[in-house]
Amino acid sequence: MGKTLAEKILSLKSYSEAKAGDVVIADVDLAFVQDTTGPLTIRQFKESGFEALAKPQQAIIFLDHAAPSPAQQLSNDHILLRRFAEETGCRIYEVGEGICHQLVAEEFANPGDIIVGADSHTVTAGALGAFATGMGSSDVAVALALGKTWFRVPESFLIELNGIFPRGVYAKDLILYLIGQIGADGANYKALEFGGEALARMTMSQRLTIANMAVEAGAKVGLFPGDKITEEFLIEHGRGDNYKPLYPDAEANYEQVIPVNLDQLEPILSLPHAVDNVRPVTRVKGVKIQQAFIGTCTNGRLEDLAVAAEILKGNKRHPGIRLLIAPASRQVLIRAIEKGYIRSLIEAGATILPPGCAACLGLHQGVLGDDEVCLSTANRNFKGRMGNPEAMVYLASPATAAASAIKGEITDPREIT
Amino acid sequence: MPDLVLKGKAIKLGDNISTDDIIPGRFAHLRSNLPELAKHVLEDAVPGFASKAKSGDFLVAGKNFGLGSSREHAPVVIKMSGVGAILAKSAARIFFRNAINQGLPVLLCDTDKIGDGDELEINLTGGMIANLTSGITLSCSKMPPIMSAILKEGGLIPYIQKHRGFKL
Repeated sequence: MGKTLAEKILSLKSYSEAKAGDVVIADVDLAFVQDTTGPLTIRQFKESGFEALAKPQQAIIFLDHAAPSPAQQLSNDHILLRRFAEETGCRIYEVGEGICHQLVAEEFANPGDIIVGADSHTVTAGALGAFATGMGSSDVAVALALGKTWFRVPESFLIELNGIFPRGVYAKDLILYLIGQIGADGANYKALEFGGEALARMTMSQRLTIANMAVEAGAKVGLFPGDKITEEFLIEHGRGDNYKPLYPDAEANYEQVIPVNLDQLEPILSLPHAVDNVRPVTRVKGVKIQQAFIGTCTNGRLEDLAVAAEILKGNKRHPGIRLLIAPASRQVLIRAIEKGYIRSLIEAGATILPPGCAACLGLHQGVLGDDEVCLSTANRNFKGRMGNPEAMVYLASPATAAASAIKGEITDPREIT
Repeated sequence: MPDLVLKGKAIKLGDNISTDDIIPGRFAHLRSNLPELAKHVLEDAVPGFASKAKSGDFLVAGKNFGLGSSREHAPVVIKMSGVGAILAKSAARIFFRNAINQGLPVLLCDTDKIGDGDELEINLTGGMIANLTSGITLSCSKMPPIMSAILKEGGLIPYIQKHRGFKL
């Protein structure tokens, strides 16, 4: 019997023949927290009686969710986190460096790694072939101390991608379509593994968008193979030596195989208040919006800003809306400035927010008012997500968000480009 | 260690109760002040829940309870409200593990057989739920032995304090 990607990585890291359904104890290559889960992690770490980290250089604190802090309590949490970094020698990424998942992709994740983060979108690094999954503060506290954790080896769904994205259709539309097909709990406890001939043309930025939202179908990981595109990304980010090819075995056993023909896709969005509540944009267009938000660990990368800038260049945001842009990292922001995207966006009337999670989780930088509608490129639209249970959040691609920002209502990007 | 037999009343909830329903992100500034945070448990989904919940009550939900964020504060504030266990048709992966790590039992069963306000008796060892109101008995799906062991110790931290590592 062959192995899936999940079985391969967990076998290697647990020094055993891991098969779906087994429970294994595996080495953790990277463990991290962010500023809203980190303080509880520290409390659990200390309560367990631990003092030292197993691997301080492979332990990271990211200050990204409340960045910069909008409240004294969160500022005090930041102080606690900085102090812990000083005490233990772990790495810390300050306010303004960017979103944890983007920085993990840019600087740390490698094919075959095991990554645990106290944030559900840790799955993002699956784009690089890392078995990366979100856990709570207690689990990450123990992983920081022991350098290990336990996993139930998941069964895998193979998502077989073929064809080419039509004009106006992006990775975000694909993953929203898939979540609509699978359902918000359809892949609970499972691994989503992506394959098919379309991968040869799928950039790392697109893969990160797709892997990022695997958790919205309930999945434990969203795994891509380690291939030529992975190698090129690692070389570009100065760690080409860490590349190793990683593919599932041909005879691997999948619980389900889901084929998707990219040629057949169209722009899609998620309606309030569930990510799997998807519709084609053509059936929702005309809904008035008060805010468009382009950014987050799902869609705040350079390619995303390029798409938005191209649509918005020479246009103006509708006077009735706010257009908020948050680059996913400092590096993304610098490159977007160099390429002129930021100028185009600002001239179109955008407000540029600092690299970080920004408005995504309702803490600051774009909290919605009662009955307001936001079209966001983020990954969640649960009731209350953007700070107000009386507001509505729609999820879509940066192209749909940019086109809608011009019209002031939900707009099919194919009508603008 | 939690009691092996729990008795209490069912508080029924629907499907897809997210971590934003349980404890919204807008209260992130209270996460280092758990008693204050706990006052807001489920307040958007079940107005007045924190004052209504009685010690020993059970949350009885539909499918995919706890979907969303990895915030362990979600099971923490549910436990602080006095809830003795969560019953659901299915539970999101991270929430499920977090709840067990907090020593809060999550039992997966056919919750359509339970009505709001029903009196339940739960046998944690046998994984059986007796609905004293309707007379129906329900069985729960089994969790991996390592999770049962963590729950038996009252959560991950007491488990680690005792074993200093994971035992399979």
